[in-house]
Amino acid sequence: MMAGIILVCSVVFLLQFFVSYCRSLIAASIKHPLSAEVQDVTGIKSTAEGDDFTRVLQLLQLCPERPEDRSGIQAIGTYFNLLSFVRATLARIIPSLRSWTETERGQCTYFAAVTLERRIAFSRDMFAQQLES
Amino acid sequence: MPGLLVNILWLIGILGEAAVVVCAIKKGAFRRYLLLNLYMAGLLCVELVRYKIVSEYGLKSTQFIYFYFYSDAILTIFLYFALCTLYSHVFSEMKAERYVRMGALLLLAGTALFTYAVVMQSTAKLLTHFVIELSQNLYFVGLILTYILWGAILKLRETRTRLIQLVLSLGVYFSLLAVNYAVRNLYPSLSSIFIPLVQLCGIFLPMAWAYAFWHLPEEARLVPARLAVIPR
Repeated sequence: MMAGIILVCSVVFLLQFFVSYCRSLIAASIKHPLSAEVQDVTGIKSTAEGDDFTRVLQLLQLCPERPEDRSGIQAIGTYFNLLSFVRATLARIIPSLRSWTETERGQCTYFAAVTLERRIAFSRDMFAQQLES
Repeated sequence: MPGLLVNILWLIGILGEAAVVVCAIKKGAFRRYLLLNLYMAGLLCVELVRYKIVSEYGLKSTQFIYFYFYSDAILTIFLYFALCTLYSHVFSEMKAERYVRMGALLLLAGTALFTYAVVMQSTAKLLTHFVIELSQNLYFVGLILTYILWGAILKLRETRTRLIQLVLSLGVYFSLLAVNYAVRNLYPSLSSIFIPLVQLCGIFLPMAWAYAFWHLPEEARLVPARLAVIPR
């Protein structure tokens, strides 16, 4: 009984914390302007589309991974899947949810693009260091 | 295969814990979040000792099980105090550190007494049973305290991005562990599945903290009301 109550409470808290955490990651990256070359590569000009998320992730996988980026992008990936699930199920019943999930999914794409930019800069630095040595 | 998976997750966790301390030192945040960093450093040391014990005695050895649960209880108490320092950060302008400290000690004593009262009913291996129960209860108390802290952040309109992310990631971590313990209590036969799951939960916190220390400057700000699931 007690374990059951703890389980239910913990799942509710987990969802709330997780969504807020992902939104804090997005909010911190949204102010970061994308460079012209990342805009060209990703095709993101002013606003990002949720449907581009998978493509930007594929581009991300082409760059060397940075350990401190891993949790962020994985968390946002999970959040994106959660949003897609809500869009495919609940948003059909509650239409106002549809535009909200679409905005959130677009912001997930923007976060991935910012991470891509960081990884490109990181790769450039590594390359420059190798050339110097 | 499960052994290999556990080892890989373990290694990632150890690297993440080291990354937190290194990132905090490099970004000049070690002293500001001293207890959080000391907790991570302590966790790193404990993980290395655990790895040594496993490689010598095996994952199912009594030595490992005893060390795992005793060290886990000590680390949980440490994390509990680290959480209290986050309270001090949020309430710093109200000069409420003394009350936070007193409240934390009282709550810890209360949790220990409650755990003892529950455990006293089973006579066999009282201390070990107490240690395991205490860390489980502290995870749940930690979760509730983090939730209250998150509420206070929203209410007080706290804007420090790094602090907000540290609190939220701690909330996710406590929730994951509380879910894990609750499911383990409900379905004890599935306990072998939960070993890699605990490792997976354990990776999240160091990675999230390393990210917060590395990418977010102390002066970064955001509007916390935008983060709430229910808009304010």
